[in-house]
Amino acid sequence: MRKTAAVTLLLSLFIVLNARANDADMADVMRSNGKIYVVVIVLATIFAGIITFLVRLERKITRLEKKS
Amino acid sequence: MAGDSSMSKGLQGFIDSQMRLWWWKVLCVACLAFATIGGMLLPVPRLNILNETIRNLYYHVPMWITMMMLYMAGFAYSIIYLRTGKLKDDIFAYQLTATGIAFSVFGMITGMEWAKYTWGEAWSNDPKQLGTALSMLIYFAYLVLRNGMKDEEKRAKISAVYNIFAFALLIPLIWILPRMVDSLHPGNGGNPAFKSYDRDFSMTIVLYPAFIGWILMGFWIASICIRTNMVRYKQENRYQYDIEKNSANA
Repeated sequence: MRKTAAVTLLLSLFIVLNARANDADMADVMRSNGKIYVVVIVLATIFAGIITFLVRLERKITRLEKKS
Repeated sequence: MAGDSSMSKGLQGFIDSQMRLWWWKVLCVACLAFATIGGMLLPVPRLNILNETIRNLYYHVPMWITMMMLYMAGFAYSIIYLRTGKLKDDIFAYQLTATGIAFSVFGMITGMEWAKYTWGEAWSNDPKQLGTALSMLIYFAYLVLRNGMKDEEKRAKISAVYNIFAFALLIPLIWILPRMVDSLHPGNGGNPAFKSYDRDFSMTIVLYPAFIGWILMGFWIASICIRTNMVRYKQENRYQYDIEKNSANA
């Protein structure tokens, strides 16, 4: 609990300091309302799908190699 | 001569022994999962013009690094093929290079998409864009050259020689010439492309796992292509395969 609190504090401090350092337009709203996680979950789904596909392919080829 | 052949045997032996193992594939998935998700969530420097698109660095640059590594491996196997004359080495050289070509296409497309929104045009005749376009054409010709020949031995020999020349041209086209002139790419006129962000630790911790993960992913895909073609080669050329295998054991 204390650890997560410390990490959150450090991270928010980092973001705040960065925000002060430069006022370039960033997707701060998207981050603050949590919509960024919608993007992350979509990415994670596609990634998991591709990895599953590769692993299955790998297994199939291993079976083929043993047969031939 | 003896030293060279034992070196190539060491490399081949290492790749043969590791190709079917899982540990580096697990490492690949771990690195990529961290780089894909962390690349979206972890803090990045606030820069004008680039804004949030700076995150493309985590996805665009690894494509080129992976391409480079696959081309290097393909180049090594082309040399090995010319020394041994075994069609197995030709399969390695071809599949590694072909996977590299796929990654170069990804790198080019992602680069053009990124350029459209930051440089204003998808194609602005940037020296690095021109250099990579030329090297891509050279490697496309490799595919055409291979598919234009029916005789396996002849195809393997000619395409191995061609691949060595293609790689020799890749170095000046990608690594030397673009750095001698001003470029829209970061670090123009001298520095390596991603070094300018190296001082920013928040980017480095994502960028390097992304490199490792994507390189391993490239080799994983290539290894699957290689093994598929090895099975086919084994079935179609049973006799030839046995000769090569016996001479390898001897």
